[in-house]
Amino acid sequence: MFQDILITGLVNGGVYALLAIGFSLIFGVARIVNIAHTAFYMLAAYLVYTFLNIAGLPLLLSVVLAVGLVTLLSMVCYKLVIEPVREYESAVLIATIALALIFQETLLLIFGGTFLSSPTLIPGARDIAGVRVSYQQLLTIGVVALVLLGTWYLLARTRLGLAIRATANDLEVANLMGMNVSRVAMYTVAISVALAAIAGVVVAPLFVVDPLMWLAPLVTILAIVVLGGLGSLKGSLIGAFIIAYVEAITVFTVPAGSFLKGAVALSIMIVVLLIRPEGLFGVAFEEER
Amino acid sequence: MINALTYPIRRAYTQLRTEVLSLPSRTIVLVFALALLLLPLYSTDPYLMRIVIMASIFAIYAASWDLLAGFTGQVNFGHALFFGLGAYGSSLLNHHFGLSPWITIPIGAVVATLGGVLVGIPCLRLRGSYLSLATLAFPLILTGILFAFPDFSGGELGISGLRRLFVKPVHNYYAAVILMLVLCFAMWKISTSNTGLIFHAIREDEVAARASGINTKRYKLLAFALSAFFAGIAGAFFAHFIRIAGPSTLEVALSFQAVIWGIFGGVATIYGPIVAVFILYPLTEAVAVFPELREFRLLILAVVVLLVLLFMPQGLTPWLRDKIESICQRCKNRNVFWRRECRICSTAMH
Repeated sequence: MFQDILITGLVNGGVYALLAIGFSLIFGVARIVNIAHTAFYMLAAYLVYTFLNIAGLPLLLSVVLAVGLVTLLSMVCYKLVIEPVREYESAVLIATIALALIFQETLLLIFGGTFLSSPTLIPGARDIAGVRVSYQQLLTIGVVALVLLGTWYLLARTRLGLAIRATANDLEVANLMGMNVSRVAMYTVAISVALAAIAGVVVAPLFVVDPLMWLAPLVTILAIVVLGGLGSLKGSLIGAFIIAYVEAITVFTVPAGSFLKGAVALSIMIVVLLIRPEGLFGVAFEEER
Repeated sequence: MINALTYPIRRAYTQLRTEVLSLPSRTIVLVFALALLLLPLYSTDPYLMRIVIMASIFAIYAASWDLLAGFTGQVNFGHALFFGLGAYGSSLLNHHFGLSPWITIPIGAVVATLGGVLVGIPCLRLRGSYLSLATLAFPLILTGILFAFPDFSGGELGISGLRRLFVKPVHNYYAAVILMLVLCFAMWKISTSNTGLIFHAIREDEVAARASGINTKRYKLLAFALSAFFAGIAGAFFAHFIRIAGPSTLEVALSFQAVIWGIFGGVATIYGPIVAVFILYPLTEAVAVFPELREFRLLILAVVVLLVLLFMPQGLTPWLRDKIESICQRCKNRNVFWRRECRICSTAMH
């Protein structure tokens, strides 16, 4: 059981980390609470399912196509829907809710409400330390590690990353230093959605795919992001693994644990907030008075 | 003698003329309320009644969200918690002890109010987006707990076979509509009272409000309690009307629905969310009349909301209100847009 917890926590934690870091990135740079974030993740999962199982495209091509298309779509959505109402915080909020609903309903119309499961990308499994680990799970862990490393490189070592961090730190000063803040925001949206899309692509074969699959991870990543501190990438990463392990422990040790896993995870978030209202690694945003 | 008898009538008429009929927005509200009350004379079609009853319940729910989120700026993403607490509170009593709905609905509201205070206390430490995201968690925690004790709560199926307030649909209709009108008027009165002014102040600048000697913590908790109370009544009435209290009353979708109605109608207005519910809810139902469009229902709703917001980012009613009324420069009172001089202070408009 201990090993089960270890592996499940690692796989789920990785997926959560991809989602939460993207969400945190958008919030940090553009102050957008993107409710549609996990809807993009769902969209990528559906696209890869379609390309692989219906169109019969090769594996690598369909993965790249799915991630690319979803990222492109996110930029179009940002330009058409979010940017015109950027000044009105509440309007942005329900614009993203409406987007998520539109994606959900469109998928429901095309695929129906049934659960679809796609075959694993790489079949097979092997025993590690007495636990049966499928290659799919190993692949997920590997991809997550690579992508996280890539994101870190992008943010810490490139000029775009510098611009993104500067904008997140102080939007007005970044603007005064000659950065095109709205373009930086759009690139951030693209990066963040690409992370979500990669997460969607790798989980599509692990879990079943259905048009309501965006709600459960949405709540979880919101809990993670609040737990780790809004806008803090380190916080999101650590928070993701905390929540994933708490969920895994609840599921494997408590009776009726699968019903309670969300409740336990969210209660931990609330306890942390009571002790540290800005989250574990919260960045103190300047008072917006 | 005759003078003394007719005085109250004359006074009421004068008040109606000067306070209500002089402003188009208030006239519209009056006409709308009368139309709702007179509708059964025109038609007692059960489907139509059902739509208006549901819209009335959701109007209370949406307006109570506005009282909390719009006025004090504590944007609650888990408003369904209060709706669900009201629904479960009253239906558990009705189911396990067989109490009449007349007793259980007020108790459900009290349970919701307690829940509101309980949630409000940790939320005092949070602000802005942190508060929104943290409140999202509360209904889900309650759902998890309810699912873990299926014998008591009915699990995923919920509690069914509840009693209705009245047997005849027309009576239920009047109960819902009058409840909606009374509660929404009460909320509007609260929002324009001194307390409402303090709520505004807290949203605009909490530090300044505290510096002016206002106990902002007490008022923020009060906002949570009041909002939970009204949402609890709506939830309890809803459970007794559809005769089932299930986990759908705690869903994330229902919480988001409150946010959509509130922002679509215009926040910090009370009447905004009510207008939004009475437009959007019948719209989705009307779409469902055509079988080929039924599956597009939610899609159409989302697209309509998105398009309206692109043109009216502050919401529907503030936009509309600014079209038909203008504010006097000097005394800040509202006037019909065609008036040349202010009806209160006779200053030239524009």
